[in-house]
Amino acid sequence: MANPVIESPRSGRVAPEYTRRGSSKGNFEMLAWLFMRVSGIILVVLIFVHLWTSLIDGEGIKGVDFGFVAGKWADPVWQIWDLVMLWLAMLHGTNGVRTIINDYAEKDSTRFWLKSVLYASTVVIIVLGTLVIFTFDPCPVIDGVAHVAPYCPAL
Amino acid sequence: MPKTPAGTLYRGREGMWSWVAHRITGVVIFFFLLVHVLDTSLVRVSPEAYDAVIAAYKNPIMGLGELGLVGAIVFHAFNGLRVILIDFWKKGPKYQRQLLWSVIGLWFVTMVAFSIRHLSVVFGG
Ligand code: HEM
Ligand code: HEM
Repeated sequence: MANPVIESPRSGRVAPEYTRRGSSKGNFEMLAWLFMRVSGIILVVLIFVHLWTSLIDGEGIKGVDFGFVAGKWADPVWQIWDLVMLWLAMLHGTNGVRTIINDYAEKDSTRFWLKSVLYASTVVIIVLGTLVIFTFDPCPVIDGVAHVAPYCPAL
Repeated sequence: MPKTPAGTLYRGREGMWSWVAHRITGVVIFFFLLVHVLDTSLVRVSPEAYDAVIAAYKNPIMGLGELGLVGAIVFHAFNGLRVILIDFWKKGPKYQRQLLWSVIGLWFVTMVAFSIRHLSVVFGG
């Protein structure tokens, strides 16, 4: 089947009524588009290494437990790693789902409610995940009982 | 004009199906991530709570679920890089189909290697 030839829509000068500048929405959509690409490239590295540490390295998934997390977050590099991964993945995913809601939810009120739920979940997850990384305690004392582990001080 | 034109440059061809797959995998990863941050937050409840939930994940069904999740991420990641190449590389649009076959090839090789490792952990010693 011969493919029809389609002129590039951007060739030549753009008539003023078709330029995208000067709209009240500013550059938000263009920045969101760019963010998807920049965050995507960074996320490939962050997530592939994360999956390597938790599923392949050492004993694989069998090795994941509280002590494993304590070992990783004892190192600030892994704290920052997880923090950046949390923020970028959540913002990238939220913006992606926002696009999908805009595509399929045709009623204004439906769009509004779906996006409200989306943004509320995003804020909760980002705040919770950030707090967890920075308030993590490898040797917690719960109801007066100290956690026992080789790396914890014996009481 | 009929409402559904048969076979244009885009509709119904590789570009459309890779977009559908990119969209579905993106949503799947997003919902996984919501749950993943919630279960990781159990490390702040108690070591026992975290270990109990993680131990409940360590069975063959969840092992296969992890395989599916990794398959979705690897596709979304490689195809995402393809989309970026199409947008920013001068020859990207011309080679978008070849790029898609590279994505599928790389996905396959990655998943064979990962399956061997992960399934031997899940099902064996
Ligand atoms: C089945 C595959 C996965 C396993 C077994 C796994 C395991 C873990 C573990 C053990 C932690 C605790 C900290 C650490 O080890 O660094 C963690 C944290 C984290 N993971 Fe994963 N992970 C998986 C997939 C993913 C994916 C696909 C993403 C991104 C989309 C992701 C994003 C995160 C984030 C953001 C944190 C930090 C959570 C927080 O701030 O509380 N993980 N994961
Ligand atoms: C692993 C690295 C990743 C790369 C390279 C990547 C790349 C991309 C790119 C380039 C787009 C824009 C597609 C377009 O405009 O047509 C996109 C969309 C999307 N991404 Fe990702 N992404 C990655 C990780 C993630 C993660 C971790 C999530 C979920 C938390 C996610 C969820 C989505 C969603 C929901 C969309 C919207 C899909 C659509 O509009 O059809 N992505 N991704």
